[in-house]
Parts: sequence; C-alpha cells; structure tokens
Amino acid sequence: MAQVLDAYVNKSVNVVTADGRIIIGTLRGFDQAINIILDDSHERVFSSTDGVEQVLLGLYIIRGDNVALIGEIDEEVDKNIDFSRIRADALPLAKT
Amino acid sequence: MLFYSFFKSLVGKEVVIELKNDLSIAGILQSVDQYLNVKLTDVQVLDPEKYPHIQSVTSAFVRGSVIRYIQLPPDDVDTQLLQEATRKEITQPRKE
Repeated sequence: MAQVLDAYVNKSVNVVTADGRIIIGTLRGFDQAINIILDDSHERVFSSTDGVEQVLLGLYIIRGDNVALIGEIDEEVDKNIDFSRIRADALPLAKT
Repeated sequence: MLFYSFFKSLVGKEVVIELKNDLSIAGILQSVDQYLNVKLTDVQVLDPEKYPHIQSVTSAFVRGSVIRYIQLPPDDVDTQLLQEATRKEITQPRKE
C-alpha cells in the first residue's frame, strides 16, 4: 500500500474527507493508515447558491480514518475551471 | 486475502466504485491492496453535474473503508470459480 501513494508525493492532490470536505494541497507524506501530510492546503467549499469559496489552511495532517479519496489533480484542467459558476451541494457524509 | 486476490485479477478492467458518501466513480482498476484500498486511472464521476467536486482528478486512490460497492464487468467475473473459492475459504482452517 505504501507503494500506491508514493506516486502522489509532492503532487497536487484533491482529498475528499469522510465528512464531505474537499481539501486541495501538496501531498508530502503518508503512512499505512493513510494519515497524510498536506502542504499549502486550502479547502474548496461548494454551495448551491454561491460560487466556490476557497479557505486557506496551510500545513495540515489529516488522520487516515477521515480520508475517503485522494485524487491526483490535472493542473491544466484545474486552471480552466471557472469556480465562480459552479453550483453544487456539499458532498454527503460517508455513512458507515 | 481471497477478495484481494480476486481484485488483483481484475487489474486493467473498468469498474465503477460507489462510495459511502453516495459518490460513484468509474475508472480503470490500477491496483488494490490488502485493505481493499483501490487505485483507479481514467477517473470519471458518474454524475458530474451533481458532483463537480473532483472535476480535475484523473487518477485517484480510494480508501477501502469508504467503499460501498464495486461494480464489475460481468464477463470478467467467473462466479462459479468465486463461489467455489469462497466455499473453500470457510472450510479451511484460518491462519490467525
């Protein structure tokens, strides 16, 4: 499993958390439990009424329990997204 | 270990993962580990209008604990073999 996330280290990733948040940052490290270190992170808050809000966070450690998905961001695609136009509800919680 | 081996045999196939937060993601199975954490490439969200949250993600790691279902191509699954294997698992002494 360590091998699986190696490919994302020092890349920009999009983390979906179990409580439905989207946090983008640079993956610096991880462990077997998928506890992760995200550098220069910010949260993208989606709303069904206003555009996307970005909240700056800085250096974060996210506990593995709370990680749902870690996605590798295609910077080109990301740059071209007009976030002010996006209307969407917040992601649901991961219900166990 | 049985399902870990089963999913290893499906690497390279297209699957759809439904997460516990109701998000459904299609992609090609790149790797799987003992926790059934899954790595997908060519990621596409099934309902991108409702879930624009990970638009710029092309490859993703999904934590096993947050997966509800993994939809498989029926032609790639030998259910007979799977049934026999699971039956044998029960009767064999478990290595604890």
